Amino acid sequence: MHVTARENKKNESKVVFKMSSDENNTNVEKTEEAPPVPEFENPLANLILKKFPSATIAFANTDRTRVNVSKEEIIQTASFIRDELHFDHAESVSGVDYPDEKQIEVVYHLGSYDDPSLSKQILTLATRVPREDNPHPGNDSTKLSSLYEIFPSVAFHERECFEMLGVYFEGNPDNRRLLLPEDWADIPPLRKDFDIKGR
Amino acid sequence: MSAKLPPGLQLEKVDDRIMTLNVGPQHPGSGHMRIIIKVDGDYIVHTDPDPGYVHRGEEKMAEYRNYITNIPHLERPVIHDSCNILYPYCLGIEELLGLEVPERAKYLRVIAAELNRCVYIQYWLAIYGIFLGHSTMFMWPTGDRELLIDLLEKMTGARVTHAYFVPGGIRNDVPPNFEDVCLRQVNYFEKRIKEYADVFYDNPILISRTRDTGVLSREDAIKLGTTGSVLRASGVDFDIRKKEPYDVYDELDFQSPTLKEGDSYARSKIPWLDMLESCRIIREALKKMPKSGSVRVKLKPKPKGGDTEIYRRVESGRGALGMYIVSKGKPQPYRLKISVGSFRNLIAMPHLLTGEKLGNMPAVYWSLNYWPVEADR
Amino acid sequence: MVNDITVSKPKGLSVINQINSHNANVFVGKLGDLLYKAVDTPLGMALNWGRLWSLWPVHIETACCSVEFGAASGPRYDVERFGIIEAFGSLRQCDLVVVQGTITRKMAPRLRLVYDQMPEPKYVIAMGACAITGGLYFDSYNVLPGIDGILPVDVYVPGCPPRPETLIQGCMLLQEKIKRMKAR
Repeated sequence: MHVTARENKKNESKVVFKMSSDENNTNVEKTEEAPPVPEFENPLANLILKKFPSATIAFANTDRTRVNVSKEEIIQTASFIRDELHFDHAESVSGVDYPDEKQIEVVYHLGSYDDPSLSKQILTLATRVPREDNPHPGNDSTKLSSLYEIFPSVAFHERECFEMLGVYFEGNPDNRRLLLPEDWADIPPLRKDFDIKGR
Repeated sequence: MSAKLPPGLQLEKVDDRIMTLNVGPQHPGSGHMRIIIKVDGDYIVHTDPDPGYVHRGEEKMAEYRNYITNIPHLERPVIHDSCNILYPYCLGIEELLGLEVPERAKYLRVIAAELNRCVYIQYWLAIYGIFLGHSTMFMWPTGDRELLIDLLEKMTGARVTHAYFVPGGIRNDVPPNFEDVCLRQVNYFEKRIKEYADVFYDNPILISRTRDTGVLSREDAIKLGTTGSVLRASGVDFDIRKKEPYDVYDELDFQSPTLKEGDSYARSKIPWLDMLESCRIIREALKKMPKSGSVRVKLKPKPKGGDTEIYRRVESGRGALGMYIVSKGKPQPYRLKISVGSFRNLIAMPHLLTGEKLGNMPAVYWSLNYWPVEADR
Repeated sequence: MVNDITVSKPKGLSVINQINSHNANVFVGKLGDLLYKAVDTPLGMALNWGRLWSLWPVHIETACCSVEFGAASGPRYDVERFGIIEAFGSLRQCDLVVVQGTITRKMAPRLRLVYDQMPEPKYVIAMGACAITGGLYFDSYNVLPGIDGILPVDVYVPGCPPRPETLIQGCMLLQEKIKRMKAR
């Protein structure tokens, strides 16, 4: 469930949702929570939904849009975003651990340097991978195709995500340790079942 | 081979011609990281950066502390540019909690952020000078930045690691005659840094060492996702203060300098031009600042946000600094990810160093505006 | 007559044989002690004076306190007037390790290696709260709680980060300590 903070302040937006959900794109699930999509935002969110109808738009604010895709479709979605929508680099790649749902979410924040109409935009591309209780990083089902061929800027970020959360990126030319010591023998530290001492 | 190696280490076959060098953590030309270089004679054939010597687990620690007690340890990655690291954090939390920052606080935040940017760039220039052997360029910036550190001490109480920005404004107001003192110091500082052109930037030795070395083309700079002065030295005009202005940057009149060549000389000149622009910003902000007013919005004891996520970014001394905050309705953040300019520029290092001569390595490596402590978080 | 035969010894030998040999040993020993004290104490003081006015730290920047160490070498807080010149050459010519800041588990073996490579006499200053007890990062998974476990520390300089004046006071304390040490 994603509720943006902006409409916490405005009370009238709740009323507007119900009326404008008919004129907005009908493919968007969870229309009760999506704010009234501004005119500028419609092209971006709409274009992705037209091409990939199984994707979901979590929110579409003025400068921030979030697209959730399944892990099989991520390569095509990313190529589409690069070629048609002119996003050219990744600002950051992070992983979020959800132990209750047994999934790890990998979030790519994409930005654009070349296109002047998109300089304020950050497109968030998110996908989920299954999570195992006893991780063997690299050898279990927590795998994802790397976006290295499409956005070369994710190389080091994906390495860090691998060692911190155990998500193996297939196609990344280098999947070694980056920040942790060479003899780290514990589970990946950013998982929720890794407790730091004394807490 | 009877002894067992500890896990994570492996043996390599030694080649006759190619030698592996460790530009290691203890090295006059490396800083707090290691670069494993394979050289063939005088030319570098393979580079492998090895960061992580200062990895302190900031992101994991942030999940155990609430939003206010996160501030002291989140500002330590770059201690002399601490205001710029806290900036996206405070902006994000203000958006999360729906706070409205007073005008005077916004202007003071801009002044503190610009002073911090100058302090960082001066230290970076000092280390650049000493890497190239120009020890005057170590002494002059280290001495001149003390002028601005005095100003920051008057504002915040500490030389570095100010912990000055809190969500809702700044911690406390400046002393009474701060505006006059600041104006005088900044004018004198600007006069001093204009002299750097004679000693450093017009120096024929520096020009011959850094011109046309480590050239990063425009397409590569965009494709590799570099940021900050590295990007602007390759001809891409992208400064977050101009493209996505935050606080009062849209009311101030300044430029963000861009150069086209993309070599180490351009990358070493852009921060200096940035500093001159910062002096203009500080002067204008001092004039436009409201003379009195509150500087902080009072917070509840353990503020918590809704079930949402925020991404804010800011232009720091190294480039775009973004914070991704995921909150689930508790006083602690569920996930906090810091995306720093140094880590994003790290990918340009193997790209640029491979093929260079070994003697050009410090000139190219430090010109990428890489601060190892920040990249490791 | 047979009973009248006497044997006469030479004169010099009889004098020496009359001096007691134990007393002679004690006399030579006491003379040696006096000479040793007269020469060794000023020699030791001279060696210590040479050592404490030219402490050369190794160029190893470990974490964020290195910014204040760099500022201490600047023109305002000039630490070179104490002889502390950062020897940018090899570490085989240095005798001081200033551990600046947090030591992580990745850095700890390298720090020990650097310390082992330095020739005697060598001194260690622990600078910053992180080097003393782990500081602000005491509960992180990658940080050592203080360097006492791997290096023998001479002087602790507290602060986060310590001001350059505090660092200079720490160096002066180290100088006091060296003055009182045995020179050999």
